[in-house]
Amino acid sequence: MYVELKQINKSFGDFQASRDVSFGIEKGSLVALLGPSGSGKTTILRMIAGLETPDSGDIIIDGARVNDIPPAERGIGFVFQNYALFRYMTVYDNIAYGLKIKKMPKEQIKKRVTELLELTGLTGMEKRYPNQLSGGQRQRVAFARALAPEPQLLLLDEPFAAIDAKVRHELRTWLREMILKVGITSIFVTHDQDEAVEVASQIIVTNQGRIEQIGEPKEIYTEPKTPFVTEFIGQPTFIEDYGKLKGFRKEKKYKGAIIRPEFVEAFKSDNKTFKDVMDCSEEGVITDILFRGTSLELKLDVGGVTLTTHRSLDRRKVSVGEKMRVIIYRVFAVDETAAYPMDNEELAKRNVKYNHLEAYLYSKDGYFVV
Amino acid sequence: MEKKTRREESKAAKAILITISFLFVGLMLVVPLISILVNSLSKGFGFYLSSLGTKFVSSALKITILATAAAVLVNTLFGLVASWALTRFSFKGKQVLSTLIDIPFSISPVIAGLAYIMTFGRMGWAAPIVEGINNALGTDIQIVFAIPGVLLATIFVTFPFVSRELIPVLNAEGTDEEEAAALMGAKGFSIFKSITFPKIKWALLYGMILCFARALGEFGAVHALSKTRGKTFTLPLEIDALYLSGSADSIVASFAVSSILVIMAVIILILRNLLEHREKGKSGIV
Repeated sequence: MYVELKQINKSFGDFQASRDVSFGIEKGSLVALLGPSGSGKTTILRMIAGLETPDSGDIIIDGARVNDIPPAERGIGFVFQNYALFRYMTVYDNIAYGLKIKKMPKEQIKKRVTELLELTGLTGMEKRYPNQLSGGQRQRVAFARALAPEPQLLLLDEPFAAIDAKVRHELRTWLREMILKVGITSIFVTHDQDEAVEVASQIIVTNQGRIEQIGEPKEIYTEPKTPFVTEFIGQPTFIEDYGKLKGFRKEKKYKGAIIRPEFVEAFKSDNKTFKDVMDCSEEGVITDILFRGTSLELKLDVGGVTLTTHRSLDRRKVSVGEKMRVIIYRVFAVDETAAYPMDNEELAKRNVKYNHLEAYLYSKDGYFVV
Repeated sequence: MEKKTRREESKAAKAILITISFLFVGLMLVVPLISILVNSLSKGFGFYLSSLGTKFVSSALKITILATAAAVLVNTLFGLVASWALTRFSFKGKQVLSTLIDIPFSISPVIAGLAYIMTFGRMGWAAPIVEGINNALGTDIQIVFAIPGVLLATIFVTFPFVSRELIPVLNAEGTDEEEAAALMGAKGFSIFKSITFPKIKWALLYGMILCFARALGEFGAVHALSKTRGKTFTLPLEIDALYLSGSADSIVASFAVSSILVIMAVIILILRNLLEHREKGKSGIV
């Protein structure tokens, strides 16, 4: 493990920001700390950087306990949420700052800065001031500045929060490629699950100062271990009496179930693809249709329960009030501490498996596209 | 149609507001100040120069400059320290400190002067301390009715200017850039010099100028602590003395001395604007 946190606790007054936080990160990995605001993810990042001191517990970087080592000597690069570029310095001086502090010879500084300008595609911008740059360019400068002193660990605090939606997607890809190219171990904080899933190779989900689950994006998605992760990832609906739904039996030990849109399929009663499983379906009435750009989001009333599903734009037209057939493939039953996947029993009897599950993760739509 | 009338309305409002502002500033500030300059020259330029050349005036000018310099220096240092403490740390009594700094804004300068008399005067609680120091060192430091008292009074009334200019700026700027620099290994003073100072320099300069202008013109507090014309009088006190002596010549002389203060203040403001303008043009930062 390259970075290790052991039993970290941290409070700010009455607010406990970290509770028994422990995890390890392999060298070279790209990790997301994912959680809602106030879940303690930024505090974890700042403690690794040395900007905050844990009340108890150990932080280990590259085999050495760094709790008492000042931030500047931990060999980390830090990208701040709003980049914190030095506004009275040019792009060049921003990137060169850390090297000047280290008293590197001028020639070498110039070489390194030029190298970084090239790497980040900022060549020609070195004389500009931060307020003359776009949000994306600022992020690149912040990235180059953090990398300049050749840190062993890169920490990024909400690196995309300050960028408008259109450029954000492009920058995610850029940052991921850049980090993989440089090969630096990186941890970034985000509250955006799409961002975490798309960029990271490993996700650490935080909630109320605790680590909820650690795993690869797909694992977090398909095998949520706790009620929180189940609810936080995707667009879930919580239903207490999930026994009402066809193919499921409510067990007393669970307080309810979480249903995700991707496990709900709605189709017209004359749909031939579904004719084998038609009698596993139940009736649902469309109550609302939302256009989501690449797909439609349908709200369906199924026996008094409101379910959400996505529908490809290529499929036949549907309208509000239309009666559809609905099949739920899977729900996540939850008790107080854990989540358990429950499969549709009727489908299981017919040996209909989730062979389309894989496909779902790479598309924005349901299992069957007709 | 309605839109158009609205726009016309706002146009009219704009014109009215601008006119009121200019008229008010003109009548309340510019015209009276010009009338001082005009009056000061009413007996000719020769008289103007000779009324500035008396030993009372030159002594007052020296003391004014001394007091102003002391006030700007002390309050700049204090302002930096206090605003840093108030914006960068949280501690018990922060609110109290912040309120206390503002006292000179809200109480009459005369009271400040009297307060120093009560402290350092013959009956004051600090008088024995001063006396003790004098006995021990063989010196003869007097505070009340002497130059140190004038300096203290001037420092007192200009106390909050620098810190009040700096606090909002430091609050608005946050600490991200400083943290970023610290993470790269920069140390305290070098962070201040290369990161913080460029952000606050205009606020600092503005605070110093306000402090300067206020110190230059301080009357009430100094009046309570300064009683000897030609020794401890500052320019405002000298102006007052000339004016009150009542002869036609001395009244014009008092206008002449006043014009020095007006001219100094105007020069400072112009310098500040020039500097700011040039700096902005250089870095491209607005």
